Amino acid sequence: MTTAPVSERVARLRASAHRIRGYALDMGEVQGQGYIGQALGVADVLAVLFGEVLRFRPDELDWPGRDRFLLSVGHYAIAAYAAFAEAGIVGVEELETYGSDGSRLPMSAMASYTPGMEISGGSLGHGLGVATGMALGLRHQGNPARVVNLLSDGELNEGSTWEAAMACAHHGLDNVLAVVDVNALQADGPTVGIQGMDPLPEKWRAFGWRARRVDGHDIAALLAALDELTAAPSAPSILLCDTRPGHGVPMLEQREKSHFLRVEADEWQSARDQLSAGGAG
Amino acid sequence: MTARTSAMIASFADPDQRTTQAPFGHALAALAQERPEIVGLSADLTKYTDMHVFREAHPDRFFQMGMSEQVLLGAAAGMAEVGLVPFATTYAVFASRRAYDFLCLDIAEPGLNVTVVGGLPGLTTGYGPSHQATEDLAILRGCPNLTIVDPCDSVDLEQAVPALADHDGPTYLRLLRGAVPTVLDEYDYRFELGRAAELRGGRDVVLISTGLMTMRALQAAARLEADHVDVAVLHVPTIKPLDQDAILAAAGTDRLVLTCENHTVIGGLGEAVGSTLALAGVAARFGQVALPDQFLAAGALPTLHERYGLSTDALVARIRAELA
Repeated sequence: MTTAPVSERVARLRASAHRIRGYALDMGEVQGQGYIGQALGVADVLAVLFGEVLRFRPDELDWPGRDRFLLSVGHYAIAAYAAFAEAGIVGVEELETYGSDGSRLPMSAMASYTPGMEISGGSLGHGLGVATGMALGLRHQGNPARVVNLLSDGELNEGSTWEAAMACAHHGLDNVLAVVDVNALQADGPTVGIQGMDPLPEKWRAFGWRARRVDGHDIAALLAALDELTAAPSAPSILLCDTRPGHGVPMLEQREKSHFLRVEADEWQSARDQLSAGGAG
Repeated sequence: MTARTSAMIASFADPDQRTTQAPFGHALAALAQERPEIVGLSADLTKYTDMHVFREAHPDRFFQMGMSEQVLLGAAAGMAEVGLVPFATTYAVFASRRAYDFLCLDIAEPGLNVTVVGGLPGLTTGYGPSHQATEDLAILRGCPNLTIVDPCDSVDLEQAVPALADHDGPTYLRLLRGAVPTVLDEYDYRFELGRAAELRGGRDVVLISTGLMTMRALQAAARLEADHVDVAVLHVPTIKPLDQDAILAAAGTDRLVLTCENHTVIGGLGEAVGSTLALAGVAARFGQVALPDQFLAAGALPTLHERYGLSTDALVARIRAELA
């Protein structure tokens, strides 16, 4: 964490999140459809993670001391690529290859394709288990790196996530930070009608985790929670971030909530205009 | 009163057979003396997969993952991602059926050096279908990148452990646990990953066998020798990748070819050999000795091996019938 005043940090991260949203729209237009809603929704969270939390070297991605960022929600690849571009891990010009044959940026995240992608996501409920092993291994090796796993709330339906939650707590893995995009939306519709999971923070606390729940678009709140969770961890930590799919582009945020958003060819410029009009706030 | 054979008879070793106690655990513990990156994990089956020997020798390198096979394999992958060399043990039914997505996507797809160790492979317990991994090879042979080993005895296991650790990729080892028969030290044999080995020659029949069925094949060959039936045994400890050259050479004669495996007739060594011969245009006289395509009964292991055709008596009878 930097020592700059909070207002400066917030302003810088807002600008970063704004660019991440712009990159996601650019990639979305390449394919005409995709997980745009999720990318816009998680942009603020990613801006904070890549801007302030994760320790990594863009020019030395295999640096052993790096924090491991595990994207278990493989369909959030578009969001991760946007954050990677913002972080200097991939070039902005490469984003136009998104989802195309031969691209290093496939539509579902795969470690063997993309620099900086630590694991292949897609089959949900895998990330936290791999994080458990990485954290055990890093601690065993005396490596102070952290393991940060970005999950979705839908992924909490998976029993394997809870197997891993118990294992992290049992082994006292204070080097694990889980970040959940709680967008309340799953493939078949709103989460509440698919598999009710509240009360989330209480569930995680009962499983032995330190848990905070914040508005995932409130950068100051995200920063404060992450400052607190990462300052002196004594157990695995989880940050539950309530987000709104499509956030930052009103025409997409107001659209009927859909897991997989289709945007007409003539709508992309309007979407970009709306994002610009909203500015970095 | 009818005499009853107890279902507690759970060993496939003959009563007078030489055995070695927990060869996998001792081999792993010994290897770990030289290789600090070796770690062990289990899912609440440490004692039952001979991993307790490793745990006692290297307590700081053993990780208990609880009765949670998905995180067992996910965590093994994570450990390999940071440079450790994990051996993860559970029963074969759980590794192959319950946690397959994790073996496939976390371990095999990234090509990580993890050895998944499956206890009670095939028919090595009388507990019934919940514990009998009769189709683990069928499930796992379809997994890209995965090397699969089915050892015959304690000698095979002891030599396979370092070979699997040296192999820079994902592997699945069918575990024989407890008092494991010691057979192959009487032969000029060394385990080589990916290689089949002719343990004895013979003019009339060639048994292409894997796992504990190689032991039975050798016993059957010795018994038939007295009847002047000359039986060769080709031991195939690596199921994938299959040593096709050795198999084609063995089958490319006028001998009867029988595959022998502790696994269902579907998707194991027999079908792998059958397709190898067919695709190469080799028209051998060919049959399978394997478990039926059924959920098997509970009971005492010797009774079940006899009933389902894996015992030495059953194998001898089958060969005689094929030759009659």
